[in-house]
Amino acid sequence: MIKTNPIKLGYRVLEAWFNLSFGPSWNPLYNLGTLTFFFFWVVLVSGLYLFVFFDTSIVGAYKSVEYITHEQWYMAGVMRSLHRYASDAAVITIILHMFREFSLDRHRGVRWFSWFTGVPTLWFVITLGITGYWLVWDELGLYIAILSSELADAMPFISGSMARNFLEGQLTDRFFTLMGFLHLLGQPMLLVLVIWIHVKRLSHVKVSAPRGLAIGSFVALLALSLAAPVESHGPADLSKVPTVLNLDWFYLNVYPLLDYYTPRQTWMITLGTTLLLMILPWIPPKKTGQAAEVHLDQCNGCGQCADDCPFDAIDVRARTDGARWAHEVVVHPNQCAACGICVGSCPSSNPFRQKNEALVTGIDMPQYPADDLRSRTDAAIASLSADTKILVFGCDNTFDVSTLESKNAAVVKVFCIGMLPSTLMEYALKKGAGGILITGCRTGDCYFRFGNVWLDKRFEGNRRPRLRARADRRRITVSRGAETDGARIKRALTDFQKTIGDLNASESGERRDDKDLHVGT
Amino acid sequence: MSELKAKSLLLQVVNYAAFMAIVWYFSFSPPYRQLAEDKAVVTLAFGHAAKRVSECTVLSQAELEKLAPNMRKPMDCPRQRSPVTIELRVNGTIEVGDSLQAPGLYQDQSIDVYRNIKVPHGEHRLSIWMNDDVNVDGPTYHFEQTVKLRPAQRLVVSFDAKKNGFSVN
Repeated sequence: MIKTNPIKLGYRVLEAWFNLSFGPSWNPLYNLGTLTFFFFWVVLVSGLYLFVFFDTSIVGAYKSVEYITHEQWYMAGVMRSLHRYASDAAVITIILHMFREFSLDRHRGVRWFSWFTGVPTLWFVITLGITGYWLVWDELGLYIAILSSELADAMPFISGSMARNFLEGQLTDRFFTLMGFLHLLGQPMLLVLVIWIHVKRLSHVKVSAPRGLAIGSFVALLALSLAAPVESHGPADLSKVPTVLNLDWFYLNVYPLLDYYTPRQTWMITLGTTLLLMILPWIPPKKTGQAAEVHLDQCNGCGQCADDCPFDAIDVRARTDGARWAHEVVVHPNQCAACGICVGSCPSSNPFRQKNEALVTGIDMPQYPADDLRSRTDAAIASLSADTKILVFGCDNTFDVSTLESKNAAVVKVFCIGMLPSTLMEYALKKGAGGILITGCRTGDCYFRFGNVWLDKRFEGNRRPRLRARADRRRITVSRGAETDGARIKRALTDFQKTIGDLNASESGERRDDKDLHVGT
Repeated sequence: MSELKAKSLLLQVVNYAAFMAIVWYFSFSPPYRQLAEDKAVVTLAFGHAAKRVSECTVLSQAELEKLAPNMRKPMDCPRQRSPVTIELRVNGTIEVGDSLQAPGLYQDQSIDVYRNIKVPHGEHRLSIWMNDDVNVDGPTYHFEQTVKLRPAQRLVVSFDAKKNGFSVN
């Protein structure tokens, strides 16, 4: 029985479906942020092209969009459709991104900042889209103009009626130039600033979508643009009220509310929803473990922990204790997610050190120190009674590895799989473990962003501290999965036990042969 | 190409198609009916500075002497404007009935009126009654007109005190 909430389970099933078709590195659900960036690039490039032909005047705006759509349909028309559809796709990826962080509980604790600043980002995107629709100055543009003005009029600090401007013929070309400036420069620059703030507390922020995913998405957008080119409504007519509108529900969903609520109530609904979303990280607040602490006497200031920290919680600074090293690291406790990845990064977490005393590392987790990890590993190995002694490492944030425990499989859990020092593998094998099975979050996904990524790189020899060649790689395997992947991981354990059994048998056979040979000579 | 890769490619195409179908559908649909086919809209929209609550008065010498030297102006002109009471009836039914206080710290600014009333198309009798002077009982402006509205027409009723008061466009 999997004890997890249905939203998370539903998300995991969707994730598995995409893994099946795209694989972990192209899985769109693992690349929602970068995919959004990619759609923005499409919007930017297509928008710049459209601007060449766009006339920022009341009379000229609609005509120029008609030219773009019908006269130069093969290029500008396609660009217009790409502009529209990529904007819509970006809203979907943003909403999925929010849903993902929420359903996987990645919005609370130290991650509150990204969530808190991310929710208003959607507002900036939506208003950017709204000014875009306004510029077309068709029936939809007029509808948006009047209703947006009604909303603006309801704001307490606005005096006068903006909405009247659209009825009394006070609209001028200068207003359109202002809208053009807002849509083309002001709002996009503001959006970039907001996104920069949004990712401020993250390290190694990816902005480029995997090439294959980007190409696939672009081809899909292009196909849609050719199959269903975007067209305008009729021209704006101040003496008419558009009866039926083909609203873009991704951007314009607020406006129909004005048919049921007053502008002030509509503001309250939208602002209230935004505020509620923004405070979700505190409903209820998440208890984060104690922040990592630095033991300067063991730290040589190599900075690997600072480079590995997914939340930019560690800085490298000039040495303060007079030791011979040039640098030291310092932890910002309010940014530390207590994932322990820094412990796995620290070369001094080597369990072969300080054998007969407590292991003290350069950076450690107060509530689960490296010494404790070494002791638990020792105890787990000692508890194994069968021939194939498998040591299973798992993390707290995904499939519960405790269910794998048996007489030939002992379990050690860590905060994040990235907390495991590479040297601990070597140590465990030397201490009598027949094999090591490492689980953790699904490949391409990690509760703490980079735990399994760094572990893979350390094992591949591409990131310090590397797994040394003397650790028998045949006795180490990785089988990752989410809460829903228990059966697969259990099968992987059974298979691995068999592999280790065969390996043990063949090695003991080799040893016997060597002994016989020695006796024979 | 291996069978597995072909399957994965096929699934990718299915996923992209599903994603684009969602993008396309909600980009235009479902259509939103803002106004029923047989309806028209009367929009009452204007800005107006109402009469001041009281006229300027000439201060007596004694009153002036009570004031600080730099405050001694011969005229005292209160800034506060009257509240505006407005009533719009369509075929005798009150559709708008408001009493609006002039905004501003000293209640000295113009009021803004913006109301949309959905009515069936066809002929209607519009009747507007407005009082913008607290010292006058009854309407200071009155307007009546029969209008014939086409479906989806927006009829704007505006007001300009310097011209002939209310007018329809």
